[in-house]
Amino acid sequence: MTPSILIVALVLLSFIAYQLGKARSLAVVGGARGIRNLHSLPGHYGLLTALWCGLPALLLVAVWVAVQDQVLIALVSAQLPASVQSLGNDQFVLFLNDLRNVVASNIPASQVSPETAAAAAEYLRLRDVARLALAALAFSIGIIAMLVVRGRIRADLRARNSVERVLEGMLFLCSLVAVLTTIGIILSVVFEATRFFGIVPAQEFLFGTKWSPQMAIRADQVGSSGAFGAVPLFAGTLLISAIAMLVAVPIGLFSAIYLAEYAPSKVRSVVKPLLEVLAGVPTVVYGFFAVTTVGPLLRTAGESMGLTVAGESALAAGLVMGIMIIPFVSSLADDMITAVPQSLRDGAYALGATRSETIKQVVLRAALPGIVGGVLLAISRAIGETMIVVMAAGLAANLTANPLEAVTTVTVQIVTLLVGDQEFDSPKTLAAFALGLVLFIVTLVLNVIALYVVRKYREQYE
Amino acid sequence: MSSTNRTAAETQVLVTRSLARRYRAERRFRFYGLSAVVAGLAFVVFLFGTIFAQGLSVFQQSYVEVEIFYDPEIIDPSGTRNPDDLVTADYQALVREALKARFPQVEGRRDLRELYGLVSSAASIELQQRITSDPMVIGTRETRWVLADDTVDMLIKGRVSRTAPEDERRLSDQQIGWIAALERDGTLELRFNRAFFSNGDSRDPEQAGVRGALIGSMLTLFITLLLSFPIGVGAAVYLEEFAPRNRLTDIIEVNINNLAAVPSIVFGLLGLAVFIGFFGLPRSAPLVGGFVLTLLTLPTIIIASRAALKAVPPSIREAALGMGASRLQMVAHHVLPLAVPGMLTGAIIGMARALGESAPLLMIGMVAFIVEVPQGVFDPATALPVQVFLWSDLPERGFIERTSGAIIVLLLFLLVMNATAVLLRNKFEKRW
Repeated sequence: MTPSILIVALVLLSFIAYQLGKARSLAVVGGARGIRNLHSLPGHYGLLTALWCGLPALLLVAVWVAVQDQVLIALVSAQLPASVQSLGNDQFVLFLNDLRNVVASNIPASQVSPETAAAAAEYLRLRDVARLALAALAFSIGIIAMLVVRGRIRADLRARNSVERVLEGMLFLCSLVAVLTTIGIILSVVFEATRFFGIVPAQEFLFGTKWSPQMAIRADQVGSSGAFGAVPLFAGTLLISAIAMLVAVPIGLFSAIYLAEYAPSKVRSVVKPLLEVLAGVPTVVYGFFAVTTVGPLLRTAGESMGLTVAGESALAAGLVMGIMIIPFVSSLADDMITAVPQSLRDGAYALGATRSETIKQVVLRAALPGIVGGVLLAISRAIGETMIVVMAAGLAANLTANPLEAVTTVTVQIVTLLVGDQEFDSPKTLAAFALGLVLFIVTLVLNVIALYVVRKYREQYE
Repeated sequence: MSSTNRTAAETQVLVTRSLARRYRAERRFRFYGLSAVVAGLAFVVFLFGTIFAQGLSVFQQSYVEVEIFYDPEIIDPSGTRNPDDLVTADYQALVREALKARFPQVEGRRDLRELYGLVSSAASIELQQRITSDPMVIGTRETRWVLADDTVDMLIKGRVSRTAPEDERRLSDQQIGWIAALERDGTLELRFNRAFFSNGDSRDPEQAGVRGALIGSMLTLFITLLLSFPIGVGAAVYLEEFAPRNRLTDIIEVNINNLAAVPSIVFGLLGLAVFIGFFGLPRSAPLVGGFVLTLLTLPTIIIASRAALKAVPPSIREAALGMGASRLQMVAHHVLPLAVPGMLTGAIIGMARALGESAPLLMIGMVAFIVEVPQGVFDPATALPVQVFLWSDLPERGFIERTSGAIIVLLLFLLVMNATAVLLRNKFEKRW
């Protein structure tokens, strides 16, 4: 019985338990007439029975599904013949891979060594035994729980309170998922990054200026020393983000000002959603746009002015990233500007200020903290943006401040280091997690500051 | 000159004199604002303009009409109609014979190879399917439209110039002559591109389609919706209706807001380390993609659902409680039904975001070259935006068109989803 069928069967069993519990509660008080003697609604008694019947059994199944593979592999490896036991670590991993493939019937058993085939057969035998045992155990737990609860149903059993406590607990667990995600991110990134820092010292990673993560596979290989100095990546990321902000902040801010202060409401209601379309476009689309349109355009423009522009220049990636961020800046700035109380504007007009003077000297100054917060959020977006730079920025680590050259970024390197099949514990793959850690910390700090500033600002005018 | 002992008349003069300058500044400022808006709109037009200009032609594809003779000598020389022999027969030869019959004057190995190059290799697969499904047609003649090669297609669509010097294009003068001949008698034309919607990925641009990626995206989104909507709504209900104000719930709230701004690639790292590295789930599977996108969209859905719950007036809650409902009954029977439209809107917007997301999917290996259309959530698959990424890297001219076409399909889906969200909000939004 596969786990999915088992789960369906358990759900059906819980449904039976629901009906049994409901019927029992009515029987206890002598049918529908005595229903007002019941503490809770009959459905609550049904639910209580169903929860007791289904939850423990389903939990058991879930735990087994999560650990099944590890347990079975351990059991199978314990009784492998000596010839396999004595294999080196790498060979053994290959053996396990073959084993898994045979088990999943990706490879027919006839194509692998007899040891692997035997082990796979043993694995399948154990899995069948385990499945049978699991099904028997889960069903007996369910049925026993169902019968016990059914036997305990009395008119004064506080079924509703118990059911609601369980359901509230489930809701609480739902809200814990977000916390667990954060913990999961921190643990996974920190864990792999510490392994990386065990191989490459942290100060070399943070302050080294040479990045070439290709490790030598053979000892005599040329040109693959494996240097992990991440400064060129940080510089490249900052360069592209700076270009993006140079595009996005003026255009975003000025269009927000115009739409909030000058444009008639009809124009505003049409133009604002149109600009926000830019925010809904997937980032791959921007990447494609940068590669096929903006890159070549800049190249020809550069040639006509006698400049050499690299095919994957920082300028192209930064410009397109800036376009992507415009709606982000403009909608945040718009929120902040419209939050400034009208009385401040009226005061400025009364003193004889023109509209632009009011905006520059009163509105923008009042909205400044909020706008700064919004810009910080936008910077964090730019730093974490992946697809545009993966497609439009270069791969070679190049320490330069010239926007016409190709640079690489933190996110580009994470993607290139991790895409493709690689073993999980080479410094190359671990380096990606170290970069991920830096990225996570930097964006987190920016976000925390930005959210704090924005919240303080909002409170000021509420 | 100090301002304190200035008379009113002098001030008047000063102000009047400066007025022209101040009005100029005003006009300039206003112009800056307007040009920023125009620039933003110009970007929108330019972006969509280039994508559509490059991609709309993908919905049509060049087909060649050939008269195929299902020659029993080639397909089934033994005459046994053995299904295994029928599958492995040389169907390419049928197409070659048909082309030779159309241009009988062509001779010589090189010239013939150029002639055969006009038709896509997909033609033989199509013929194979035709024969294996209906062996009765062997020995008969049939005119069929078969896919032309992508170089021919690009020429027909005018992406490649016919007059460019011969060594700068992939088609020879001779081939262009044949193409012109075919066009003249109406046996080479643009027709609706079925292959683009029914095929998986391919190395040949004319055979590459979005079906595999589309199904992969749908499977991934299915898992995402299945998990993130109930969990998101549950979390929102707990935080909004039940949570006591204490340390823990404060941490949860701050955490959700921060999670919403974590770069998506970091979620990919999490998926790689936890779901694939720790739990040993298969790489490239929509299941893992769905898990990662669930975590990614959860903050969006929670925030939208909380806003929907907040919009339900307290009087509804008080009335329910006053009638003796428990808190859970109050939420389940009265508050949730009123908040569901808002929550659905949030969920659709979250799904739209998940549909466009590709960076975390790269991390968990959904970037492989996969020809088959995935059948289930454990099969290796890609997603639509990842397909865009994969195709954009390929050098053939035809793939630029395919990429833009895939983008148009992606944008259409996003448009439909967002429009649904807006409609839903307008229809069910209640003002209390």
